[in-house]
Amino acid sequence: MDEILQVRHLKKIFSRRDGDDITAVDDVSFSLQKGEKLAIIGESGSGKTTVARLVARLLEPTAGEILLDGEDITSARGTALKKAYTRMQMVFQNPVDSFDPRCTLGDGISESLRNHGKSREQAAEMTKNLLALCGLGAEFAQRYPHEVSGGQCQRAAIARALAIEPELVILDEATSALDVTVQADILALLNRLQEDRGIAYLFICHDIALVQDFCDRIIVMHEGRIVETGTPDEVIDSPREEYTRNLIDSVLC
Amino acid sequence: MNQAIAPTIRVQNVRQNRLQRKLYIFGALAILLILASFFSDYLCPYDPYMQDMSLTKAAPSAQHWLGTDRYGRDMLSRVIAGSKTSIFSTLLLVGFITVFGSVIGIICAWAGKWVDTVLMRLSDMFLAFPGLVFALAVAAVLGGGVHNAIFALAAISWPKYARLARSQTLSLQSAAFMQAAKMAGSSTFKIIRKHVIPNISGPILVTAMLDIGTMMMELAGLSFLGLGAKPPIPEWGSMMSDTRNLLPTQPWVTLAPGFAIFFSVMVFNLLGDTVRDYLDPKNRR
Repeated sequence: MDEILQVRHLKKIFSRRDGDDITAVDDVSFSLQKGEKLAIIGESGSGKTTVARLVARLLEPTAGEILLDGEDITSARGTALKKAYTRMQMVFQNPVDSFDPRCTLGDGISESLRNHGKSREQAAEMTKNLLALCGLGAEFAQRYPHEVSGGQCQRAAIARALAIEPELVILDEATSALDVTVQADILALLNRLQEDRGIAYLFICHDIALVQDFCDRIIVMHEGRIVETGTPDEVIDSPREEYTRNLIDSVLC
Repeated sequence: MNQAIAPTIRVQNVRQNRLQRKLYIFGALAILLILASFFSDYLCPYDPYMQDMSLTKAAPSAQHWLGTDRYGRDMLSRVIAGSKTSIFSTLLLVGFITVFGSVIGIICAWAGKWVDTVLMRLSDMFLAFPGLVFALAVAAVLGGGVHNAIFALAAISWPKYARLARSQTLSLQSAAFMQAAKMAGSSTFKIIRKHVIPNISGPILVTAMLDIGTMMMELAGLSFLGLGAKPPIPEWGSMMSDTRNLLPTQPWVTLAPGFAIFFSVMVFNLLGDTVRDYLDPKNRR
C-alpha cells in the first residue's frame, strides 16, 4: 500500500529562556496509508497537537523526518512548501478563529484557489460547490465568520481545506469546540467526503469514544511519546498500557 | 426580558447616533481645514507677502478683517496662507510616520530574531530623545526651516507606530487564520497585505488621528522658537513669535494665528477622539 505520510523519529523541544527545555514530542514515528483514517489521542499536554502542527510544517521540528508521499518536506520552504500544501491541508480547533474576521468565508475558501491560478469567477463557482458539498448554502460565501454558528464555520473550514483537493487532511481537534449533535454531523460529513474522495485523515482528538467508530487506527500519546497503537477495537478492548486503560476508563465513567 | 433589554438598546442607539453626528461634524470641519490649506492661494484676499508701510499695525477693519502686522501685511491672508505650512506639513508628517513606523513594526514582527532586536533598540534610542532637544540638534546640524523641523519630529515619532504595529502583528500571528492563509499557499507579502494590514489598521489609524493635533502643536512650537518655518514664510507658530511683543497694544496680530492653531488642533483632536469612540466595539450594537 502507498503511504501518504511517513513520520520518522520526530522530536520537538521547546526551549524556554528561564532554563528548562520542554520536550513536547519525543521520537514519534508513524505512517499513514492513502485514504486511511488515523487518530492520535491523548490528554492535553500529551503532544498530539504539536505533532499535527509539526506535520503541517507550522512548527519547525528539532529532529526527525516528515515524508509526504515519499517526498521529504521536513525543511521544505517557499515553492516546495506551497506545493506540499496542495496535497496536505488542515482544519483547526477553533473554527471562528481560523477565518480572518475582516474577510468573508468565501474569501477564505477561495484563497487557495486564487493562489493557484484560478480566476475570480472560477474560484467563486468552485467555492459555491464546495459549500454545497459541506452542506452550506451559497449565501454563506458572503458571510463573515462572526455571523455564522460554530458548526457552520467548521463546515466552511472543511470546505476550505478541501478546496485544493488535498490527499491528506489534518484535523486538529476539529470537533472539540462544537456541541455533541454538531460533532456527529461533522463526523458524518467527514466520513462521506472520505468515501467520495479517498482522502486520508490525521485526526487529533482527546475523546476516545469519538474516534472509536470513525477511525481505522489509533495512536495513543502520553508525555510526547507514542504509548500504544492499533485498531480501535484492539486498543479499547485490550489496552496494553496502564495509561490507555485510564484514558478509556475516564470516558466510560 | 425584552423590557429589561429595551432601554439598554435605546441608550446604545442614542449614543451611536450622537457619535455618528459628532463624527460627521468634526469630519466636515477637518475636511474644510484641509481644503483651506490646499486652496489657500486662492482664498487669500491679499498677497500674504505684500507689505504696505502706509498701513502698519492697523486694527481690524472692513478691508482687513484681522488687521495688518507691523509691515502692513494683511493678517487674514497670512493666517490662511499659514494653513498651507501648518496643516499640510502636519498631515504629511503624520502620514509619513504612520506608514514608515507601521512598515518597520511589521518587519520587526515578521522577521524576528536580530532584525527585530536591532530595529527595536534603534526605536528605543529615538524614543529616548526629548522632542525639543532633538529638534535643536537637527537645527544645529542641518539648519532651521520647515523641512528640518518635520524631519526632527518624524525621527522621534515613528517609534510609537513601529511598536504599535509590531505588537498588533505579533498578537495576530498566533491566530489560526494566519496559519490557514499560509497553508492556502499565500506568500508572506499577500498575507501581510490581505490579513495583517486590514486587521491592525484600526488602532494605528486612531493613534494617527490623535497625533495630528499633537504634531501640529509641536511643529508650531518649533517654529515659534525659530527652528521651523523662517520668516517671511507665513506659519502660525513663527507668526506668533514675530508679533508677541505687540500683544499688549495690537493683540489681533498675535491672537489670529494663535486662534488658528487652537481651532485646528481642537478640531483634529476631537475628530481623533470621536473616531476612537466610534471604532470602540463597546459602542457598537
